[in-house]
Amino acid sequence: MARIRSDSRSELDLVAILCLAPSLLYVLAMFVYPFLYGIYISLQPKKRDAGIFSNYVAFFNDAYQYNTIKTTFMLALPTTVAVVLVALFLAYGMRRGIWFERTITTILVLPISLGVVFLSEGILGFYGHNGWLNQLLLAAGLIQNPLELTHNSIGVTFSLFMQNFPFCFLMLLGYISGIDPSLESSARMLGAGPWTIFRRVMFPLIAPGLIIAFALVFVMSFAVFPSAVMVGQPAGSTRTISIAAYQQAFEQYDMSYASAIAVIMGLCQLAALVVIVLVRRRMTIATTMGVGKR
Amino acid sequence: MRGRMWKLAIYLFLLGFILNLLGIVTHVVVSSFAKRWFGKPLPPAFTTDWFTYAWREFELSHVLFITLFIALAVVFIALAIGFPAAYVLARRNFNAKPVLLLLYFLPLLIPQMTYGIPLATTLYGFGVGGTVIGVILAVLVPMVPLAVFILLPFFEQISLNLEWSAQMLGASRLQIFRRILLPLMLPGILTAGLLVLVNTISNFELAFLLAGGGSQTLIVALYYNVFAGGVRPVYSIDAMAVIYMCTVMAVLLVALRFVRPTQMVFRLDGRRN
Repeated sequence: MARIRSDSRSELDLVAILCLAPSLLYVLAMFVYPFLYGIYISLQPKKRDAGIFSNYVAFFNDAYQYNTIKTTFMLALPTTVAVVLVALFLAYGMRRGIWFERTITTILVLPISLGVVFLSEGILGFYGHNGWLNQLLLAAGLIQNPLELTHNSIGVTFSLFMQNFPFCFLMLLGYISGIDPSLESSARMLGAGPWTIFRRVMFPLIAPGLIIAFALVFVMSFAVFPSAVMVGQPAGSTRTISIAAYQQAFEQYDMSYASAIAVIMGLCQLAALVVIVLVRRRMTIATTMGVGKR
Repeated sequence: MRGRMWKLAIYLFLLGFILNLLGIVTHVVVSSFAKRWFGKPLPPAFTTDWFTYAWREFELSHVLFITLFIALAVVFIALAIGFPAAYVLARRNFNAKPVLLLLYFLPLLIPQMTYGIPLATTLYGFGVGGTVIGVILAVLVPMVPLAVFILLPFFEQISLNLEWSAQMLGASRLQIFRRILLPLMLPGILTAGLLVLVNTISNFELAFLLAGGGSQTLIVALYYNVFAGGVRPVYSIDAMAVIYMCTVMAVLLVALRFVRPTQMVFRLDGRRN
C-alpha cells in the first residue's frame, strides 16, 4: 500500500481520533473548562446585588490587595534578571563542554526535583538568624550582628533563585551548545576578539532562546507561593498575589473573589509575556541583520 | 589569561552554588538527628528519636502510602492516555496540530497557582475536592502533557518503515502495537514514567490546593508542618523533610540511570537527538 505523505492532507482517521480523544478531552475538561469557569464565576460576586465587575473593582480599590501586584513584580523581576544573567554567563562559558559536566548537571537537577518546600525549609535553617552562614560570618569577624536573610524579601528572592536557576541554566546550556561552532571559529579566523564574537555573532543567535527562558522564569516567579509563605513574610513584605488569591479561596471561602484575583494574576503574566514577545520581535530583526542568511 | 580567569569565575560560582545547596540539604539532615540544637555550629548530642516521633505523630506510614498511591495512579493514567496521543502527534499530519500542541503546552507553561484556583473551585464543585481522586485529577493536568511531550521524540525516532513492513507482512494494528511499538518504546515509557513520578511526588501547588485531611501527599504534609512551626519541634519537621528527600532521591537515582539531566527541563530548540 503506497501512502503519499503531504503536509496539506489531513491524516486523521477514526483510529487517530480515538487515540487523541482521551487526552484531549482531559485537557479540555480539566484545564480549559475550569479556566473559563473561573472567569465566569469571577463575574458572579458573592453579594447578589453587586455588579458583575464588583470583584475587580474591589480588588483595585483596596490597597492591601492591589499592592500585591507591585510586591510580586518587585520579587519576580529582579529574580528573573539575576537568574537569566547568571545562567547566560555560565552557559556561555560552558558551551564547549566542561569537566564533570554530567555530575554538575545532575547536582543542578537536585533543587528542581526536591521542590521548593524542601529548599525553603533548608534555607530557613542554613541562612536563618542562627544559621550556619551567620555563625560562620560572626566567627570570622566579618559582621557584628547576624544578617537577617530569611522571613523577608531577600529570603524569597534567594529561594526563587535556587529553584529557577538550574532550570534556566540547563535550558540555556542545551540551547547554546546547539549553535553551530563553525560560526564562532569563522569569526575568530576573521580576527574578531572574544567580546566581538559574543556581541556580534553569538548574542544575536542566543537572544531568541534567552527571551523564552526569561519569559518562563518570570511567569514561574510571578506565581510564587510556598516560598513566599515559608521564607517570606506572608502578612507583610512578601504578600504576593497568589497568597491573596489563596486567602480569598481557602480562608474567606469567597471563590468568586479568589477567581477574580487568579484572573488578574493570569492577566499580569499574559501582559508580561506580550511585552516579552514584542521585544523578541524586534530582536529577531536584529538577528537577521547580525548574521545574514543562516 | 583572560580566558582562564573567566573559566575560574565560572567554576567558583558553580562551586559556591553547589556548596550552598549542600549546606542547605546538610543542615536539614543534621537538624533531624539533633537532640537539641541552638546557636552552636553542631548539635551537642545526636539522636534518631525524631524519626520515630515524626513517623508516629505525622502518621507518615499513611501519608507515604497516599503519596505513592497518588503518584502511581498519576503515572499510570498519564501514560495510558498520553501514549496514544503522542503516537498520533508524532505520526500524523493534520491542520489543527499546531493548535493542539499549543493546548497541550499551556498547562506546562502557565504556573500551577494560576489555574489551580479555578481548577480547585471546579473540582470542589463536583464534590471531589479534598479527596485522593481530586488530587489525582488535578495533578494529572500538567502530567498528561508532560508525558506526551516526553514520549513524542521517542516515537519520532522509530522508523515508520518498521510499521509499514509489519503491516505488509500482515500484522494487525494490535500486533504492530504489541510486537513493534511497545518494545521499541520501552525506554521512552520508562523515561516518561520516571519523570512523571518525580514531578508528581514533588508537585506542591496542585496537590496543596486539592488536599483535604486524608489526602495530603508527603510534601503537602511537610508544608503544613513547617507553616505551623512552633507547635511541633523543628527537629521532627526536619526528620520528615529527610524522609521526603530520601523518597525523591530514591526515584531520582533510578531515573538518572535512564534520563539525561537536561531532559528534565523544557527544550528550547526542538532539536531531536
